[in-house]
Amino acid sequence: MATTIGPNRVKYRFNTPAGKVFDVVNVVLLVGVGALAILPFLYVFAGSLATEYEITTRPFFIWPTEITTASYESILSSSVFVRAFITTVVVTLVGTFVQLALTALMAYPLAKVDLPGRRTIMTLVVFTMVFSAGMIPTFLIVKNLGLLDSYWALILPMAINPFSLIIIKNFFQELPKELEESARIDGANELRILANVVMPLSKPVLATFALFYAVGIWNDYMSPLLYLNDQNKWTLQMILRQVTASASLSPDDLNTEVPPPAQGIKFAVVMVATIPVLLAYPFLQKHFAKGMLIGSVKG
Amino acid sequence: MTTTTTQAVAVETSGEGLPPKNRRNLGQNLLRYRWLFFLMLPGIAYFLIFRFWPMYGAQIAFRNYVPFLGIEGSEWVGWDHFADFFSNPDFPRLLGNTLIIAGLTLFIAFPVTIVMALLLNELRLNILKRTVQTLVYIPHFLSWTVVVSLTGLLFAVGNGPLWTLVNDLFGTSTNFLADPAWFRPLILLQEIWKNTGWGTIIFLAALAGVDQEQYEAAIIDGAGRWQRVRFITIPSIMSTIIVLLILQTGQILNTGFEQIYLMSNALNRSVADVFDTYVYFTGIQQGAYSYSTAVGLAKAIVGLILIFGTNWLAKRFNQAGIF
Repeated sequence: MATTIGPNRVKYRFNTPAGKVFDVVNVVLLVGVGALAILPFLYVFAGSLATEYEITTRPFFIWPTEITTASYESILSSSVFVRAFITTVVVTLVGTFVQLALTALMAYPLAKVDLPGRRTIMTLVVFTMVFSAGMIPTFLIVKNLGLLDSYWALILPMAINPFSLIIIKNFFQELPKELEESARIDGANELRILANVVMPLSKPVLATFALFYAVGIWNDYMSPLLYLNDQNKWTLQMILRQVTASASLSPDDLNTEVPPPAQGIKFAVVMVATIPVLLAYPFLQKHFAKGMLIGSVKG
Repeated sequence: MTTTTTQAVAVETSGEGLPPKNRRNLGQNLLRYRWLFFLMLPGIAYFLIFRFWPMYGAQIAFRNYVPFLGIEGSEWVGWDHFADFFSNPDFPRLLGNTLIIAGLTLFIAFPVTIVMALLLNELRLNILKRTVQTLVYIPHFLSWTVVVSLTGLLFAVGNGPLWTLVNDLFGTSTNFLADPAWFRPLILLQEIWKNTGWGTIIFLAALAGVDQEQYEAAIIDGAGRWQRVRFITIPSIMSTIIVLLILQTGQILNTGFEQIYLMSNALNRSVADVFDTYVYFTGIQQGAYSYSTAVGLAKAIVGLILIFGTNWLAKRFNQAGIF
C-alpha cells in the first residue's frame, strides 16, 4: 500500500481555521471522487440484475426494485459467449504463465552485475521502450510466423514487458547475495538457485506481475482485433464490443441482420468481462504499489 | 556479498591460471556463464523476434512491399511513401487531432493527477485515504472495451443516466456519442476516470519521501498549509514531475489505439482519426503495408526526437533528465 510507505508523521499542531475549512472541503471532494470512480460500475451491476422494463424507465439506480438473473441466463445460454469466455480464461492462464516465466528467466541473469554483455542487453531492452517499429511490421512478422488466427498471437508478441523486466531485475538484484552464495557452496547450479532460493523470496513481486500480465491479456482488444480474423475464435473483449456496439448509432457498426440485444444483456456482458479482474483486484492491490516502486525508487 | 563474489572469481581464475576477469575472451565467458545465458535464451529470442525483427522489417516503408516478393525482393522507392503522406490532405487533420488529444492529456489529465495526489496527501485520516485510493485505482484495471461500453450505456440516447441528467439540466437533446463536438471531452473524461487515480501512485511515493523535518521547521516558522505545499511539497516532487513529463512527451503521438478506435464511429471521424487509427485502417484493412509503415515510422521517429528533446531541455534548466 502506498500509504504505508510514508505515514504522514507531521503533527499539525498549528492548523489555522482556513486549514480546517480546507480539510473539510478536501474530505468531501475526495469522497466524491472515490464515489465517482465506482458509481458507473455499480449502475451497470444493478442494471445487469434488473428487468428490461426498469432499465428503460428508471434513469439511474444502484438497487433494482426487482432482481432477476434473466440477462445472465440469456448470455450463458449462448454458445458463442460461453466459448469466448472459456477461451479467454485459458488464453489468460497460459499467457500469464509464459510471459512471467520468460520475464523471470531473463531478469535473473541480468541481475548478476558481473554478467558479460549485461549493459549491452539492458541498453537494447531500454531502446525497445522508446522506439518500436510499429503496428504493421509487427503484424507482418506475426503473419509470416503463421500465427494469424492462433491464440499464440495474443501471447507471444507481448511476452516480455520491458518495464516489468527491469523492475523484476532490480528486485532480484536487491536480494541478499549471501543466500545465493551459500546455495552455490552447497553445490546448487543457477537453475536450482533460481527455483529454490530466488523465486520463493520473490513471490510477492512475481505474483503482482503475474496479475498485471493476466489483466493485460484479459483486457486486450487490439491483439485479437489484429490477429484473429476467425469470429469463432474471438475473445470476450471482442464479443463485448460486438454486443455493446451493435445498437450504436453509427451506420457502419450496425449489423442489420441481427436485432440489437436487450439493454440488460449489454449490462451483463460488461459485468462478465470485468468480474474476473475485480476478483483479482484485492490480491493485486495488496502488492502493486510496493511492486511498482521497488524498481522505480532504486532506478 | 559483492566482495565475496569478486574474491570467489579471483580465487577461481588464479587457480586455473586464467587471465584477469575483464580480459577473459568470449568463449571462456560463454562457458563460465553458460547457465545464465541458457536461462536468457527465450527472452533474447523474444526481443530479437518480436522487437528487433520488426525494426528490420520497417524498411518496407522505403519499398513497395509485395508479400509475394518478400521484404528484400520488393522494389526500393526511397522516400515516396513519406512524401505521399505529408502531401496527403489527411495529414494536417490527423496531426491536428493527434496533437489536440495528446495536449488534453498532457495539460489537463496530467496536472489533475498531480493535484489529486496532493489532495490525497493532505488527507490525515489514514483509513479514509486508503479507502479513496482503493476506489480510484479500480478503473485502471478495466479494459478500454469496458470503459467505452460504460460510456455507451451512461450516455445512451433516451435512457442513459448521464444523457438524461445533462439534457434535463440544459433542456437539450444532444447525442453525445455521435456529436463530433463531444468526442474530445468524452475521450478526456474517460482518460481521467480510468487513469488519474493510478497515476497518483508514483507522486504519492515521491511525497512520502519528502523530509518531514522540513515541515516541522516550516510550521515553527509559521508557514500555513498552502505555504508548506507551495514551498516544500511541490519543489520536493518537481524531479518526479519532470521525469514523468519527459516520458509523457515521448508518448505524445501514441494516442492510445484502443480507446480512440473504440470511440470513433462514422459520425465523428473528422475529429476522431489519429495516426494510430489511420495506420490500422490503411495498413491492416486496406493492405497498404508500405505506406502505413511509413506513417508509423514517421510517428515513432518524431516521438523519439520529442523524448530526447524534452530530456535535453530538462537538463538545460538544471532538472534531472532521464538519460
